[in-house]
Amino acid sequence: MTSAVSMTNIFKSYGEVKALDDVSFDLGSNEVVGLLGDNGAGKSTLIKILAGVTRADAGTMNINGQAIDPRGHTVARARRLGIETVFQDKSLGEKQPLWSNFFAGRHLTNRWGFIDVAAEMRVTREILGNILGLQGSNLQPETIAGTLSGGERQGVAIGRAMHFNSRIVVLDEPTTALSLREVDNVLAFVRRIKRDGKACIYISHNISHVHAVVDRFVIVDKGRIALDIPKNGTSLEELIGIMVDIAGGGDQARAGTHP
Amino acid sequence: MRIGNVNCTIFLILGMVLGVFILLSPQTFLSPRIYLSYMSIIPFPAIVALGATFVIISGEIDLSFPSTMALSGFVFSLIFASGGHPLLGLLAALTVGALIGLINGLIVVKIGVPSIIATIGTQFFWSGFTMVVSSGLAINIVAIRDTVTHTFFVGRLFWGIPAQALWCLGLVAVLWLLLNRHVFGENIKFTGDSAQTARAMGIDVGRTKIGAFMLLGALTALSGSMVCMEMANWWPTQGEGYLLPVFAAVFVGGTSVFGGTGTIVGTLVGAMVIGMLEAGIISAGFSGFWTRMAYGLIVVGSVSIYAWMDRSRAKMQP
Repeated sequence: MTSAVSMTNIFKSYGEVKALDDVSFDLGSNEVVGLLGDNGAGKSTLIKILAGVTRADAGTMNINGQAIDPRGHTVARARRLGIETVFQDKSLGEKQPLWSNFFAGRHLTNRWGFIDVAAEMRVTREILGNILGLQGSNLQPETIAGTLSGGERQGVAIGRAMHFNSRIVVLDEPTTALSLREVDNVLAFVRRIKRDGKACIYISHNISHVHAVVDRFVIVDKGRIALDIPKNGTSLEELIGIMVDIAGGGDQARAGTHP
Repeated sequence: MRIGNVNCTIFLILGMVLGVFILLSPQTFLSPRIYLSYMSIIPFPAIVALGATFVIISGEIDLSFPSTMALSGFVFSLIFASGGHPLLGLLAALTVGALIGLINGLIVVKIGVPSIIATIGTQFFWSGFTMVVSSGLAINIVAIRDTVTHTFFVGRLFWGIPAQALWCLGLVAVLWLLLNRHVFGENIKFTGDSAQTARAMGIDVGRTKIGAFMLLGALTALSGSMVCMEMANWWPTQGEGYLLPVFAAVFVGGTSVFGGTGTIVGTLVGAMVIGMLEAGIISAGFSGFWTRMAYGLIVVGSVSIYAWMDRSRAKMQP
C-alpha cells in the first residue's frame, strides 16, 4: 500500500514537557488507523502537527509523496495536500451560519475577494442533503452552528471534510458526548471514508468504537509510540488488555526514573 | 434570523426614541430642520462607529480613536494650511489613521497586550503627541470652504442635504458588503467567534485583527478630516467627545459585546439614536447634563437586553 503520511523522528516540547519524543508514524493511502492513548499521551499533538495547527521542533514529514518541513507547516498547506481535520470541539464557529462554516478559510471568491454566497449556499444544501444521518433533520445553510446537537456538529464537520475531497481525514475524539445513534452515524462516516478509497486517522479513548472501524492500532504513551499492530487477529479484549498493560508499565517506568 | 431580530430591535428603539421626542417637543421634531441638522452631525461619529464595529466583532476593542481623530485632523489641516491640496491632506490623514491602527494591531497581535490596555496607552500617547506637535494651538482653515473638496465631502446638496450624510450611507453599503460578502468580513466574524477555531480553519487571525484596527484607523481619519472641513477649523481636543457615543452606537446597534457577530445597519441606526438624544433631551426642556446619564443608561440597558436575548436563545438549544 502506498503511503499517505509518513512522519519520522518527530519531537515536540511545551517548555519542560516532552509532548512527542522521537515519534514516527505512517498512514497508508487507504488505511484507517486508530490512534489510542491516555489523556496527554501526545495523540492530539501529533495530529495537530500533521494538520499544520502546531509546529514540531524537529523531524521530517512526507504527505502524499511531498516532503514537508514540519517546523514550517501551515493549515493552508495541509489542506492543499488533502488533509482535513475534525477537531474534538472547536471545529465550528458557534455564532456563524453553516454555509460560512463549510467554507471558512477557503471561500469561493471572485478576484477581489468577494464571496459568491449563492454558490456556497447551494453547495452547503447539497452537502447537508448528502451527509449520512442528516437527511430529515431540518438543517439549513443559514442555521447557526451553535444550535446543532453534538452528533449534527460532527456530521457537519465530517461532511465538510468529505466534500472537500480530502484524501486524509483526521477525526479527533469524534464520538465524545454523542448519543448511541449518533455514534453509529459517525462510525458509518468512517467506513465510508474507507470505502471511498481515502485514509483516516481516528483518535479516541473509546476502544470499542475504534476497534469497530480501523485497520490498525497505534498506541501512544507519554510522547512515544508504545505499540503498532494490525487489527487482524487482535480482539477487543486483547486490545483492552494491551492498553491496560501499557498504562501500568508506563507508570512503573515513570516510578523508576523518579525513585 | 438572528441578525434580523437584532435589526428589528434597533429599529424599534429608534422608533420609540423618536416617538418620545415628537411627543415632548412636536414643534422641533415635526419640522425638517432638526433632521437636516442631524444629517450634518451624526455622520461623523457614525463613520467611526462603523469602523469600531469591525474591531469589536473581531473580539477586540480600540479606545484610541479619539486621539487618532485629533492627530489625523491635525495632519489634514496642517497640510491644507501650509498650501497643500486638501486631497493630499486627506490622503496623508488616512495614512496616519491606518498607521495608528497598524501599531495598535501589532501591539495586540504580536506582543500580546490585551487591546483594552494597549489602546488606552496609545490613546494617551497620540493625544499627547498631537498636543506636542501642535503646541496645543488650533488651526484655522476657513479657506477650505472655497474648495471643491469641501463641497464634495461636506457641501450642502439638493434640499440642503449635507454631503457627509451621503458619504455615510455610501460607506454603510460598502462596509456591509465587506462584512457580509467579503472574505475579510467572514474572517473577522470567525476570529471574534473563536480565535482557536479560526486558526484551525486556516484563517490568519493576526492579520485579520490588524486589518480591523487599520480599517477603524482609516475611517476615523476620514471622519476627523471631514469634521475639520465642516468646522473649517482644527482644535487639539477634537474627537474627545466621541468615545462614548461611538461605543454606544455600536452596542445599541446590536453588535455582540463578546465578538463574533455584528451588524453594520444596526450601528448606523444606533448612531442615529445616540446622535438624536442630545438635541432631543435639550429641546424637551432638560439640561445638557441629562444626556450623559441617558447615554450611560442606554448603553447598559441595550447591552443587557441583547445579552439576555442571547441567553434565552441559548436555553432553547438542544
